[in-house]
Amino acid sequence: MPKDQGLVSWKKLAPGMFILEPGNSAKFKTGDWRTYRPVLDKEKCIKCGICYALCPDLCYKKDEEGYYIVNLYYCKGCGICAKHCPKSAITMVLEED
Amino acid sequence: MGKVIAKEVSIAIAEAVAQCKVDVISAYPITPQTHIVEHLAELVNNGELDAEYMPVESEHAAMSACIGASATGARTFTSTAAQGLLLMYENLFIASAFRLPIVMVIANRSISAPISIWNDHSDVMTMRDSGWIQTFAENGQEAVDLIYHAYRVAEKALLPVALNIDGFTLSHVIEPIELLDQELVDKYIPPLRMKYKLDPKKPITMGAIGIPEIYTEAKKAQDEALKASYRIIVNAWKEFEKLTGRKYQPIESYKMEDAEVALIIMGSLAGTAMDAVDLLREKGKKVGLIKIRLWRPFPLRDFLKAIGKVRAIGVVDRAVSHGSTGGPVGIEVRSALYQSNKRPKVVNFIAGLSGRDVTVEDFVELFERTYDAISKKPRFSYEIYGVKE
Repeated sequence: MPKDQGLVSWKKLAPGMFILEPGNSAKFKTGDWRTYRPVLDKEKCIKCGICYALCPDLCYKKDEEGYYIVNLYYCKGCGICAKHCPKSAITMVLEED
Repeated sequence: MGKVIAKEVSIAIAEAVAQCKVDVISAYPITPQTHIVEHLAELVNNGELDAEYMPVESEHAAMSACIGASATGARTFTSTAAQGLLLMYENLFIASAFRLPIVMVIANRSISAPISIWNDHSDVMTMRDSGWIQTFAENGQEAVDLIYHAYRVAEKALLPVALNIDGFTLSHVIEPIELLDQELVDKYIPPLRMKYKLDPKKPITMGAIGIPEIYTEAKKAQDEALKASYRIIVNAWKEFEKLTGRKYQPIESYKMEDAEVALIIMGSLAGTAMDAVDLLREKGKKVGLIKIRLWRPFPLRDFLKAIGKVRAIGVVDRAVSHGSTGGPVGIEVRSALYQSNKRPKVVNFIAGLSGRDVTVEDFVELFERTYDAISKKPRFSYEIYGVKE
């Protein structure tokens, strides 16, 4: 473990640790504490968008074909999408490191 | 220069705050601070002060409102004491971590229980580590001057300032006080321009999460800011001296040049202690007094310089740090001495709790006990002085 674990030098922080760039929370990777990842079976999917509507991290985005695709940069693996998918088209699969 | 007029210290403080052209006052009345905010409310109501007076529902809200207002770039003021300060507690740390230049007067009062409205320093000592700049006034003139100083310092250092005045013994007494001419105040305290503030046109985030990879750096930056404020504090006093002729320093010494025994004190008891010094000096005892005006950031170098070559120090604390090795000031002094090669004997007294009088005779007694420490090893690391067995 390196002694200096800081992300950025304290000298470079804005006073009060204010964040001067609006909306930069989008850069914050929340996908790295996931244990299970949602996997979509497009055969079963009816493109209803319930996964999109219920995802607490707004990870789902509609693709060109109309399927809702998860963004694993943000997905924390909560499994709400899989639980509520009316066609059981989403399966939670264990992440292997 | 302004006119010297006899005024209640609380009223004079309120008038000085008004002279500093505060934008927002947010406070909840609590004895013995009430006269300060009541008078400010009057000034706003009479149209003499163009400010927003927020009569909030609690001290927690008072500090929250100051934080919110200050974050938008407004000049803010609040005042409290004892339980009121404790109710503000969690927000005190946010104010300093956000680097907000809030100014607060604490009319120092004992903490319950038992219920007490009288004076000691048990309230402010709970916020010792909160990251606020903390000063102690000895008398009315100093209290007023430290108000001007507080705004000057807070806004340059971007840190909140807590100015401590002893409840009743200072807040409610009438003293001859000179308020500065408005012109001088305006010169000393220019309009507040905050570089980073809440502004819809230029959005920023305050209060973001400090994950383990950044919290340490945020705290280091805050700690360095408080240390760096020392220079700003001292320079602001030098500027003040140029404007008014009144000189203030982080540590004030009284007859310390050749002193072999010294007492250390903060706040309004210093005057009484000085009388004891004079009395003992008449009897040929080489005693002196050190008054700590700037408590945070602790002026280590000034302190080590001030103690000179004393052989014994008696620290007079006004608060108990239960289960500790001394009172808060006693602990600080012992720790400070370990930074140097000086090794005077240190005895620590806790006196004047909840407004109990500490008289000239008491100070003479404390000096004598401190003298004893030169030849005899003290039996206790601290002692609650004057307690009835």
